[in-house]
Amino acid sequence: MSFLSYLINGISLGSIYAIIALGYTMVYGIARMLNFAHGDIIMVGGFAIFTMVSTLGMAPMVGVVTAVAVCTILGVTIEFVAYRPLRGASSLAVLITAIGVSYLLQNLALLIFGSNARQFTSVVNIPSLKLADGRLSISGETMVTIAACIVIMIALTTFINKTKVGQAMLAVSEDKGAAALMGINVNRTIAITFAIGSALAAVAGALLCSTYPSLTPYTGSMPGIKAFVAAVFGGIGSIPGALLGGIILGVVENLSKAYISSQLSDAIVFSLLIIILLVRPTGIMGKKINEKV
Amino acid sequence: MKKNKILIQNSITYGLVMGFWVIIQALSAGGLVSSLMKGLLVPLCIYAILAVSLNLTVGILGELSLGHAGFMCVGAFSGAFFTRCMEEVIPSVGLRFFIALVLGAAVAGVFGILIGIPVLRLKGDYLAIVTLAFGEIIKNLINVMYIGKDAKGFHFSIKDTLSLGMDDTGVVIVKGAQGITGTPRAATFTVGIILLLITLVIVLNLINSRTGRAIMSIRDNRIAAESIGINITKYKLMAFSISAALAGMAGVLYAHSLSTLAATSANFGYNKSILILVFVVLGGLGNIRGSVIAAIVLTALPEMLRGLNDYRMLIYAVVLIVMMLFNSSPKAIEMRSVFMDKIKHKKSAAKEA
Repeated sequence: MSFLSYLINGISLGSIYAIIALGYTMVYGIARMLNFAHGDIIMVGGFAIFTMVSTLGMAPMVGVVTAVAVCTILGVTIEFVAYRPLRGASSLAVLITAIGVSYLLQNLALLIFGSNARQFTSVVNIPSLKLADGRLSISGETMVTIAACIVIMIALTTFINKTKVGQAMLAVSEDKGAAALMGINVNRTIAITFAIGSALAAVAGALLCSTYPSLTPYTGSMPGIKAFVAAVFGGIGSIPGALLGGIILGVVENLSKAYISSQLSDAIVFSLLIIILLVRPTGIMGKKINEKV
Repeated sequence: MKKNKILIQNSITYGLVMGFWVIIQALSAGGLVSSLMKGLLVPLCIYAILAVSLNLTVGILGELSLGHAGFMCVGAFSGAFFTRCMEEVIPSVGLRFFIALVLGAAVAGVFGILIGIPVLRLKGDYLAIVTLAFGEIIKNLINVMYIGKDAKGFHFSIKDTLSLGMDDTGVVIVKGAQGITGTPRAATFTVGIILLLITLVIVLNLINSRTGRAIMSIRDNRIAAESIGINITKYKLMAFSISAALAGMAGVLYAHSLSTLAATSANFGYNKSILILVFVVLGGLGNIRGSVIAAIVLTALPEMLRGLNDYRMLIYAVVLIVMMLFNSSPKAIEMRSVFMDKIKHKKSAAKEA
């Protein structure tokens, strides 16, 4: 029974990673950049909910909606101010700028909210589910997280495959120049991608802080890195890959925390990544790129 | 002609470092160096060495590595472990420190080869994430490692001090998350500058050698390099492991500038690797002198801004973004070249008149 409960918690953690990884993977797929500031947008989402719910006493749902709005605007603004001028510059320059943005967000949060950890009130108020005579208990947060992940995956896949904007995203990620020639507004498409990614980060922030209720300006950075690992794991740029990578990562992390060593769980997760990449250099679901001379 | 030019360029770099040393020595003799500045001198050297060595991987070899702090960590711990172990055998602190430097560099270099063999097969962003992962793994493993020494020899455990099973004479040297305590603080500014000069000699001579040109040819066009018979794996590994060894040396220097050495995410985490990468990129990829200057300026800057307290890291972040936009944005580059043209026109117009 305890194995099952670790497994379910792992899937829940993995679902959070998957939602964050979706943002990473979409941005990478379309703009070919590692958005290191993505993890910090999660933190901003967390603080937005914290301010709305704990400070201003609003309903949790209002808090989540505000967080999504704040993060979407933030994501688009960051793209416009920091990344758009660098389009066409070397990928390393964009990477360093993203790191600068990440420092900026962390230090702004540090300035406004201080370095002390804040107690986050869960946005989920569903009682936990007791199974098998109470030996297996699934918390409301876990159920909501897994459900949210499934809904987001289905919605996003439909959006990309069935709508014009989604198709435009695919076209831009395939070939920017050709997409522009077909009448697609490349800049706007990239901005929409950032908006979706950041909105997802806000949702992930709400779920993450509800499950692990402690909020500091650095809350987002480690889950951000893990989600990035998940995205690479599943094959960066691939949406089902992000889901698969996130879930595997979450399950492995939770099981190794439970059965091997809590201090070594990160090392185990990262070793798994290295092994996968050595066997499949572009991740589990990544496209194989043939080199042309 | 070209050789002379390289010689002059390199001499300027060495001269800058030596000049920096002379100025600081003169200032401290005159009592003009504040205690804050004094505490900063050894870290300045450490960061400069790290930046130069990372530039070898990122700028010269052209592979993005985010695990440089991991090699520094390996060097730091193996060096500090050696100095603590050999306390009775080699009483002289100076000699122990010297051997520790060599040993730390060697161990980090070996790690560079071991990690490089699988990792360097990957490309671009995948390589970056795997090096990041390796850095985190190294930090994690050191945090659970316990090593003790007693009359019977060394004891090793990954659980806790008790499970080492030592007799009464035993001393625990590596205490897991608490790390290594009691390393002699032998690192001085002069030693740091000497090590920086050694690093510069190694890297600059490597770049301007046949080997260096082979490494750069891999960066510029791997397929072309391979087709003219350059052994890609060998040169990649060589650059990667030399870079790792130099980072290990910087790590030993770091370990001997503190009395307690623990592997935390603040000193050996991926954030540290990123910090070093920032120095390299802002100093200019492949520009060794730029790395040294960027490391010194960007390490000193936040400390200089200490008066602004909470705002200093915020300013640092903004400066970083603005500098990147100004340096790399295609529009900014165009604007700058237009501006420079105008100045030139004015000058030539003034000459004609």
